[in-house]
Amino acid sequence: MAFYRPARWQQTAALVVLAALLALPSLLDVLDQSYYIGFATRVLIFALAASSLNLVLGFGGMVSLGHAAFFGVGAYVAAICQQAGLGEGLLVLPLAMAVAGLFALAVGAVSLRTRGVYFIMITLAFAQMTYYLFVSASLWGGEDGLPVYERLRLGGISLAGDAALFFVVLGALTVTMLLFSRLAQARFGRTIQAIRENETRMEALGYPVLRYRLACFAIGGAVAGLAGALLANLSGLASPNLLQWTQSGTLLVMVIIGGVGYLWGGVVGAVVLLLLEEILLAWFAHWHIVLGLLLLAVVLFAPKGVAALFGRRDD
Amino acid sequence: MTQLFLEQALNGLQFGLMLFLLAAGLTLVFGIMDCINLAHGSLYMVGAYFVAAAAQAADSFWLGLGAGVAGTALLGLLLELSLFRQLYRRDHLAQVLATFALILIANESVRLIWGPAPLLLNPPESLAGPVEIAGFFYPAYRLVIIACGLVVAGLLYLLVAKSRIGMWVRAGAANREMTEALGINVRALFTAVFVFGAGLCALAGGLLGPLLAVQVGMGESVLILAFVVIIIGGIGSIRGALVGALIVGTVDTLGRALLPTLLRATLPADAAATLGPALASILIYLLMAGILFFKPQGLFPARA
Repeated sequence: MAFYRPARWQQTAALVVLAALLALPSLLDVLDQSYYIGFATRVLIFALAASSLNLVLGFGGMVSLGHAAFFGVGAYVAAICQQAGLGEGLLVLPLAMAVAGLFALAVGAVSLRTRGVYFIMITLAFAQMTYYLFVSASLWGGEDGLPVYERLRLGGISLAGDAALFFVVLGALTVTMLLFSRLAQARFGRTIQAIRENETRMEALGYPVLRYRLACFAIGGAVAGLAGALLANLSGLASPNLLQWTQSGTLLVMVIIGGVGYLWGGVVGAVVLLLLEEILLAWFAHWHIVLGLLLLAVVLFAPKGVAALFGRRDD
Repeated sequence: MTQLFLEQALNGLQFGLMLFLLAAGLTLVFGIMDCINLAHGSLYMVGAYFVAAAAQAADSFWLGLGAGVAGTALLGLLLELSLFRQLYRRDHLAQVLATFALILIANESVRLIWGPAPLLLNPPESLAGPVEIAGFFYPAYRLVIIACGLVVAGLLYLLVAKSRIGMWVRAGAANREMTEALGINVRALFTAVFVFGAGLCALAGGLLGPLLAVQVGMGESVLILAFVVIIIGGIGSIRGALVGALIVGTVDTLGRALLPTLLRATLPADAAATLGPALASILIYLLMAGILFFKPQGLFPARA
């Protein structure tokens, strides 16, 4: 049942990739390609967001089409704090996680009482509601969004440099992935996976199914909020577009391309999708057609995603 | 005030009827085959583009409308036979992903073919002006939309509630296996329903085209509203779709028009200016949450 347990070679591979990523900023600097530091940071942030959705979707079995709401709320919390002059990351980032997590808790408390199609639709509706709230909130910039003029400091060290922000994002992703892999093997993780497989039986065994689901949903929301706060700092803007339901769709696409329920599914999906975008956009402006066809191919012919081609899911 | 109220109530009715055309097809696809179709909004967009392009080519709105509806129905047929048949057996996640892919393809194809600028669709010239009803003026074209919507809703009601095919459709929505066991070809029935739904999408898109801009992305916002409608009405129920559409149409239109005024009367000006538009835009979602709280299966559940 340990779907999330990484094989030894995967751990080694992860260490190698981590080492390579640590060297990336200096390498890009030498090659005079510092634009790509920002790009790499964006990929890692989306890897974080997609992994948080993977926790909810792959691991908890909840098909949420409103995950972008938590992502966007995190971005707005960071932007609002930083506009108010609160620039200490050790404060702002946990705050963004807390607000997004609490919001997810509230949304989950209502949505998780429904099943199947209704759950998908209600999470979607909540996300749209949040989107319209931010679009019409003139206090926070309305449709234009809220700019972030000065990036966070972390323990007094400014993240104004792209490399510094890159390392922080890399650190956040590494810690999150370590925690997720521990979580999956812990009692909580086994319980939530068992609930995904057979809810009725777990209910009969006396597990508080709703509470476990809710906890999983809220953790996913909190991590998405962290990703949002980091993205607001990277792009210098918290925009309502981050909350749009197509953004939730994109995150979902990343998870599914990468592989639902595989530890690295979200990361692989984010890397594949954003790299494809970067490459295809250069020679074909209408690359969404290619992406759409690719997605259809994944759904019809490789329903388990890219990670499934490498990892074994022993069930 | 009365004039504003009446005008907005008619606008709400008109919007609600158009939402019903969209929700009717969606709720049946949902209800019978348990299939989530996010691309329903794309059929609406493509339909509007087909109508606009055909109307420009034929230099006649009504000819264009007919051709556009037929073209979209044909597209629906192709989609159903090639893709959706394979999706019915799959889980909701696969359906969400595949139809999301269709949205990407549809939006980008439209942009590729017709460019990023909105397409112009003019209402028929004879209907361009306003008419006077009971002392106030209302655009003639909007009245025609209301009439069209009422006629289609009535025909749909007769078709679903009184005809043999309608009986099969309702039986399929209530219990698909049992219906199949009784010897009814649910697959063929579903193809027909899907094609019909696609045609209704194009009809709504074409009729609304002169009022709204025919542009990329027009399908997404309306899709969410159609979902809210069928959740309020109960998935799989045509009657629920009609009631839900009228509720959503009127509440949304009246809320946007009247709520800021009402708030200004009761709250300080700056609070009202912030709160008014925000509250108006989330009103229908609050309504949906409220209805689901008391009736988790919607107002008219198809599976009793």
